[in-house]
Amino acid sequence: MWADAGIAAATSLVVLLLVLSLCFVLLWVERKGSALIQDRIGANRANIFGGILPFNLGIVNTMIADPIKMFTKEDVVPADADKLLHFLGPFLAVFPVLVIFAVVPFGDVLVIGGHSVDLQAAHLDVGILYVLAMSGLAVYGIVLGGWASNSRWALLGAIRGSAQMISYEIAMGLALIGTVMTFGTLDLQAIARAQGAHLWGVVPAWGVLYQPLGFLIFLIAGIAESKRVPFDIPEGESELTCGFFTEYSGSKQACFMLSDFAEIVVVSGLVTTLFFGAWQVPFLARDGWHFPGGLTLAMPHLAIVALQVASFILKVLLFCCLQILVRWSLPRYRYDQLMDLGWKRLLPLALVNVLVTGIVIVLAG
Amino acid sequence: MLDQYIGVVLTFALAATVVGLMVSASMLLGPHKRAAMKDQVFECGNPPSGTARGRFSVRFYLGAIIFIVFDVEVVFLYPWAIVLRSLGVPGLVEMTVFIAVLGVALAYVWRKGALVWS
Repeated sequence: MWADAGIAAATSLVVLLLVLSLCFVLLWVERKGSALIQDRIGANRANIFGGILPFNLGIVNTMIADPIKMFTKEDVVPADADKLLHFLGPFLAVFPVLVIFAVVPFGDVLVIGGHSVDLQAAHLDVGILYVLAMSGLAVYGIVLGGWASNSRWALLGAIRGSAQMISYEIAMGLALIGTVMTFGTLDLQAIARAQGAHLWGVVPAWGVLYQPLGFLIFLIAGIAESKRVPFDIPEGESELTCGFFTEYSGSKQACFMLSDFAEIVVVSGLVTTLFFGAWQVPFLARDGWHFPGGLTLAMPHLAIVALQVASFILKVLLFCCLQILVRWSLPRYRYDQLMDLGWKRLLPLALVNVLVTGIVIVLAG
Repeated sequence: MLDQYIGVVLTFALAATVVGLMVSASMLLGPHKRAAMKDQVFECGNPPSGTARGRFSVRFYLGAIIFIVFDVEVVFLYPWAIVLRSLGVPGLVEMTVFIAVLGVALAYVWRKGALVWS
């Protein structure tokens, strides 16, 4: 039992480090990526030690100086604000998002000295329900953030933000039902393993081939959940200062920013796991390569594990970059257009997807 | 079956520690200089326009109620989705009736204007 707890602790640590370091990298990718998209250079200077060093890197600026600045600024709390809720708001905005990754598998099994370790922090039978539960908790952070500021405009931003989040949660939940029907299980590692099959011997049986509409609905709903452009009315960068987190400074604001990037990583991780084969590399099985046409190549176990984990991280990074690209390309939705999209278009589409998938599964087997 | 959740509990503990440290970092590391101007909320230069504990539009309440209804529907859909293959056509017909009833509810809400947010 202690061995199990130790293994679980190690995998939890790895998962948390993975999410946090991906968020960290995304800070830089967002700044440089947005600069490239907008045809400018972006941050490429930093005055290190007063200019003694012969190089000045924007990366130092973004990844070292900015976080240090945010953590050491003064924590300004408005006079009539509720102090406990002011603390809890950022906490509840980040915490549920970080723990969703506990059920995302980042690899197959790792066999060390006869002990077989599942590369997933918590191998739950009800993985998808856990994911939806935690993303429901994230709404609390927004509401508390706006309410605790004791500012009318922050509260308005918070209420609109939470209304947006709950609307798109239904679309997310319904989009996943198609995937659950296809694979017949809620367990994310089982879904990842089931995508290792190959259709007609050549095409990897990834979820997107079974559920293209489900993938689109889930991706759009996921981007709306994380309140990024084009759905960032509650944050309203050019309109309401910062919307619901106007009254937060220093590390509490850093927490809200972190929740933004963490949600990008989480949505990318879920899309990868459910629709793009998670850690699967096409034609790679547990014992080596199995190419169509009969060619097989054995590979050492550690190399296979490394390849699979690398493929997972690569796919997650790809989807993060896709979301950054979407952010800097599209204009913002107006609030009623946003809610119309959630209730009047995505919800009926997701219901139709469920029915069609059900008919195909029952009639065609 | 409960020992599956050790990973969850440990992730919760680790994440809570990390996030707790992050949120309290400014309180611990930053300066503490109180000033009258800092205590007021930010309204782009205007004097504060009053407390936030006022009223807001009823359509957010309506939205929340409608969310509850459809979320319960989603909850009912999940167990059915897992056992669909063994239920066959009768299971599909029953759930289609259920979704149709809720579709009628969605249409009613739509027509009544509860989904209008402008």
